[in-house]
Amino acid sequence: MQAGSGSPLLKVEDLTLTFGGVKALRGVGFSVKADSITSVIGPNGAGKTSVFNTISGFYRTSAGSIDFAGQSLEGLAPPKRAALGLARSFQNIALFRGMTVLDNIKLGRHCHLKTGPLQALFYTPAARREENELRREIEERIIDFLEIDHIRHAPVSALSYGLQKRVELARALAMKPKLLLLDEPVAGMNREETEDMARFILEVRREWGVTVLMVEHDMGMVMDLSDHVVVLNFGQVIADGTPAEVQANPEVIKAYLGSGNIEALRLRFQQAAQAARVGAQLR
Amino acid sequence: MNIDWWLLFEISLAGLGTGGLYALTALAFVMIYKATRVVNLAIGEMLMISAYIFFAFSAGMGLPIWLAIPGALLVSGVFGALVERTIIRPMLGESPISSFMVTVGLSSILVGLVELIWTADQQRLPEFLPSKPIQIGEAFVSPKIFYGFWVAVLLIALVLLVFRFWRGGVALRATASDQAAAYSMGINVPRVFSLAWAAAAVIAGVAGIVVGSIGGISSAMGVFGLSVLVVVIFGGLDSVLGALVGGIAVGLIEALTGFYLGGEYKILATFGLLLLILLLRPYGLFGTREIERL
Repeated sequence: MQAGSGSPLLKVEDLTLTFGGVKALRGVGFSVKADSITSVIGPNGAGKTSVFNTISGFYRTSAGSIDFAGQSLEGLAPPKRAALGLARSFQNIALFRGMTVLDNIKLGRHCHLKTGPLQALFYTPAARREENELRREIEERIIDFLEIDHIRHAPVSALSYGLQKRVELARALAMKPKLLLLDEPVAGMNREETEDMARFILEVRREWGVTVLMVEHDMGMVMDLSDHVVVLNFGQVIADGTPAEVQANPEVIKAYLGSGNIEALRLRFQQAAQAARVGAQLR
Repeated sequence: MNIDWWLLFEISLAGLGTGGLYALTALAFVMIYKATRVVNLAIGEMLMISAYIFFAFSAGMGLPIWLAIPGALLVSGVFGALVERTIIRPMLGESPISSFMVTVGLSSILVGLVELIWTADQQRLPEFLPSKPIQIGEAFVSPKIFYGFWVAVLLIALVLLVFRFWRGGVALRATASDQAAAYSMGINVPRVFSLAWAAAAVIAGVAGIVVGSIGGISSAMGVFGLSVLVVVIFGGLDSVLGALVGGIAVGLIEALTGFYLGGEYKILATFGLLLLILLLRPYGLFGTREIERL
């Protein structure tokens, strides 16, 4: 697996986020190279989703900066960030229920469309052209690519969990993203679904040239796919490097692994994640 | 008993006319509820304020009708957006009951405002609908109700078309379904909020001008909103189809009981219906069943 080269597409510096007295993030900084797959890992409550929410603009940080494609994201509302090429999926599936798969995917293009209400009402040539272009691209590229042709007219609420996750990915791709933020893309999936998703993520990078930043607990997948891994713990970056570096990092091992053997590491990683999940449920 | 079919037809037509206006106002209500999840109890008063703005423009300032109507609707739209921005948006994230109470307060303020400026006396709007009685077979329909009905039908059709085919309508549906997801996909959720309130205020404004020109305007006109509340609970708070079916149904029921049993039974029938629907289908005929996740 070659490491992504070139300048950072996303640069996060000194991010600090507090909820009342709780410091969710304390000076988090890392960068995502263009054309790479970067993963953020760490036990539950480490601040992974908080990082995502600050990048997509849901949370306002008390300090720190986020630069995306050479532009500061400071003060930009989520829709503006989406228009710049930032797309995301959610930890809990956030599809638009009551709409079909196709409608959900088409909505991804919303921020790039220009047709106004009158043009739409009279279906002017411009509106028609835009609609046809959108339809063609979605049908030919996204739906074929993600192998969801057979369910395009199905209501999303009728789909299996794995397929819903796939539709969410399709919707994010329709946004023409430069950077795709995936929040636990394979959580709760079976082995086969996980492998499919892993394949799609690799192809998104290779065929579409989309940079991927993901949060994931499945350590096998993280280590196999990522060019770069950022480890968070208690709102701080404790390690940052290639999968091999991170796995060998004494800080990470000390924090929650406790062993130097790679296979054992993976196992421990999964157990730690599992334990964290159970712990979170108990709390 | 001998049923006079033409009379029944005539009463039904009148009911249909009122029902169209109920449906129109209910549409405004549903639009607000879908976008912002606010149960807007002030919908009747928003309708009233538009009628008074029209009254001020036409009778007060002597503007011609063709200018007074669009002018009143424009002011209503701005007013709706303003209400959203100043008193609804700050309630974002508060409990639904709080924003509900805010709309109750809004309705009181609007009634007070109208009484301060125009007194509580009933006023007549200038006549602008044709006054020649309409005859269908042997049934007569009041021309105001007849034209009011068609105004309602046309506007409802226009709104449905625009929101079906314009992506703003899709944005509204997406926002109704999942705000966070919509926001992160480039849908400007705050603008959807403002737009929904502005559009609803304009729609309610049209209903207000028509209702006012049929029965005159007064500070008690907001009572119309009570029947609309029954309509939306009957049809389902978040259902456009429910608003239309509910509007027509409540309009018919009110007209028929009003005629055959007497005017004092009108409210009884309406609220009896409300009670029945709350017992049988609390989320309305076409409403989304809320599933509480713990």
